[in-house]
Amino acid sequence: MVISVSDNHQKAIEFHDVSYRLFDGKSLLSNLNLEVFQGETLVLLGRSGSGKTTTLKLINRLLDPTEGEVRVEGVATTRWDPIRLRRRIGYVIQEIGLFPHLTVEQNIGLVPRLEGWEAERIQGRVRGLLDMVGLDYGHFASRYPRELSGGQRQRVGVARALAADPPIMLLDEPFGALDPITRREIQQEFHSLKKRLGKTIVFVTHDVREAFLLASRIGLIKDGEMVLLGQPADLLKSDDPEVRAFADCLRDPAPSAELRSKPSVIAP
Amino acid sequence: MNLWEFLLNHRSEVLELALEHLFLVGLSTGIAIFIGVPLGILLTRWPRLNRPVLGLANIMQTVPSLALFGFLIPLNIYLFHVRILGGIGARTAVVALVLYALLPIIRNTFTGLSNVDPAIREAGRGMGMTDRQLLFQVEIPLALGVIVAGVRVATVISVGTATIAAAIDAGGLGRYIFRGLRMNDNTLILAGAVPAALMALAADFFLGWMERLMTPGAQGWLRGRRVVWAALLAVAVGAGAALMIPAKSGDRIAVGAKDFTEQIILGELVAHVLESNAGLQVVRHFDLGGSLAHQALVAGEIDIYVEYTGTALTAILKQPPRADPAEVYRRVREEYAARFGLEWLRPLGFSNTFAILIRGEDARRLNLRTISQAARYTPQWRAGFGQDFVSRPDGYAGFARTYGLKFAELPREMDLSLTYRALVEHEVDLIAGNSTDGLIARHDLVQLIDDRRYFPPYDAVPVVRQEILKRYPRVRDALNMLGGSISVAEMRQLNSQIDGEHRAVEEVVQELVRKKGLRLAPP
Repeated sequence: MVISVSDNHQKAIEFHDVSYRLFDGKSLLSNLNLEVFQGETLVLLGRSGSGKTTTLKLINRLLDPTEGEVRVEGVATTRWDPIRLRRRIGYVIQEIGLFPHLTVEQNIGLVPRLEGWEAERIQGRVRGLLDMVGLDYGHFASRYPRELSGGQRQRVGVARALAADPPIMLLDEPFGALDPITRREIQQEFHSLKKRLGKTIVFVTHDVREAFLLASRIGLIKDGEMVLLGQPADLLKSDDPEVRAFADCLRDPAPSAELRSKPSVIAP
Repeated sequence: MNLWEFLLNHRSEVLELALEHLFLVGLSTGIAIFIGVPLGILLTRWPRLNRPVLGLANIMQTVPSLALFGFLIPLNIYLFHVRILGGIGARTAVVALVLYALLPIIRNTFTGLSNVDPAIREAGRGMGMTDRQLLFQVEIPLALGVIVAGVRVATVISVGTATIAAAIDAGGLGRYIFRGLRMNDNTLILAGAVPAALMALAADFFLGWMERLMTPGAQGWLRGRRVVWAALLAVAVGAGAALMIPAKSGDRIAVGAKDFTEQIILGELVAHVLESNAGLQVVRHFDLGGSLAHQALVAGEIDIYVEYTGTALTAILKQPPRADPAEVYRRVREEYAARFGLEWLRPLGFSNTFAILIRGEDARRLNLRTISQAARYTPQWRAGFGQDFVSRPDGYAGFARTYGLKFAELPREMDLSLTYRALVEHEVDLIAGNSTDGLIARHDLVQLIDDRRYFPPYDAVPVVRQEILKRYPRVRDALNMLGGSISVAEMRQLNSQIDGEHRAVEEVVQELVRKKGLRLAPP
């Protein structure tokens, strides 16, 4: 992963002195500077309310920065047509947001349909995507979201975000609502999936183990400011109290089985 | 005659009224959907409009229907040569029903859209759906169940409210209810009320089924969606077709009548005489409630109706009551000509004054003949009066003052036709009816003599628009022939033939014309 970053220095996403404030003046992000390179996975780590999700929404222009500039593929988001921009960016949120009145197939095929794909091509794409996330087309395509388990829904959510083959993926705590066992499975699957796909990924989580499993680089945000931005190993070396607090979670003896099973991640 | 026999014997009329009713409800609900749903959507986009729009719709619902009719009738608003507002008949009824149906539809559309899970909306926006795609492909489909629930509430309200449409000659099952109340006939009331109630239940059931079908998660959702679009399309086509119907049909004279039996007999008499003696085409707009007949005449919606001199003087011209009949007639004639361009023709011959009525048994037991004599007993009695009598300047307040009357409790205020029933059932002991009422003899009631001459004269006189008299001089000749032709006793008998013997108005009128020789030599 680290190698792929140094291989390819093209910047997919850039933040230049970005601040975001609410109407009432409350600051959610201040002076954020950040670059995401093509093909890397940047994990934004932080406590609840630290500004991770805000950062993500600035990328697909669900929010516009109050100061500074966010660039996607070299162009400021404010100069992008928001619809075109969002169709180039896959988006997965914790609540998934599958449309309850559409079948799995219709949910996944929605963006291709909006893009004017032909029906056969959409069907082929849905079949391929379901296969990719480990769901059988014949069994699942015509089901409604309410007939799926939490893990299945999240797989469909990922498949839907990949539908139009966007070069960039944004994932906002996508596995947060799953039970621990399912979460483990799906994290592993996503890990191997992303290696195959080579997408630029920005992944938000508060789960430090998830961050270590998936990240090429980790950005740690606290109260709207970037405390640390570096490779996973840098997290363990830092003296910053907030970084230490997260690093300590890794050393917590109780659920450390997960860590021992992935020693290569901690000590590259 | 029991209800079942009545419905069987009159099944074609019942069906016609039910279809009229259905038309009123369907058309008004359809229009309300086409206005209310977009408005509800607009509110989710501009939340600031929320309070004024919902507030206004809320107020609309609290306006009593008769008041709303009175406000709508004089309006004269056209859209592309089609009159969309004002007048009597179905148009105004539909407009009023639309105004009542708006609130539940707007509110439910707004609520349904607002309640769509924000995560779903965010997912849609994040996927690059435009606002329009999000609205039509996600938000509306998800809110459809709630929207249909609003339509369901509006429809059920409409079925009930549409019965009042009969007050402005818009037809529907309300005709039976009003006629039944007037004639004190339970079967007739039920003949209107039961089908209306069944219609409300059926609408509730059907739309409830639709609502379940539309609620996301239900089986066969897609198939159901087509049903809704088809239904909406059908309503749209119906609404369009109805609006194309020309508003007033050319060269015909419109005869009006208020909403009680005597008025309908007189209206029919006027209409009949115009048709057979003056050879004119006539449209009938009977059953106009309250002062709607006067408003319709001034607005040119009708051309003629029979008014009472005392009513015109006090209730319409707002002048103090007077006792001399000739003086009252002269005054209203002058004022009407100057203020409204309306002409009073020759009086028909009888006066329909307020009749203070008590039960015959009480009159005989206490040996009562005049109101003054009854004043001794009224402190132990309860009184019941029609809304009209309570509110008009020549009504209750002056009456009680003139005779120094006190009652055991405040007089009950109810529909005029119900006061007879209340008197007969001993719910009250004294009422103010009409002197020509056929029910007086039938229920063994006694009219107390107005010995202090409180009530002004109420001579029945045809009132006509001057414009009509200029255009059709024959109208004056034909109607003046009716002058002085009907006495109080005769009028009471005519009323009794309708209310008591349930004879058809047309038949009674034809008989009267024959008997009185009310035929004009052909011109």
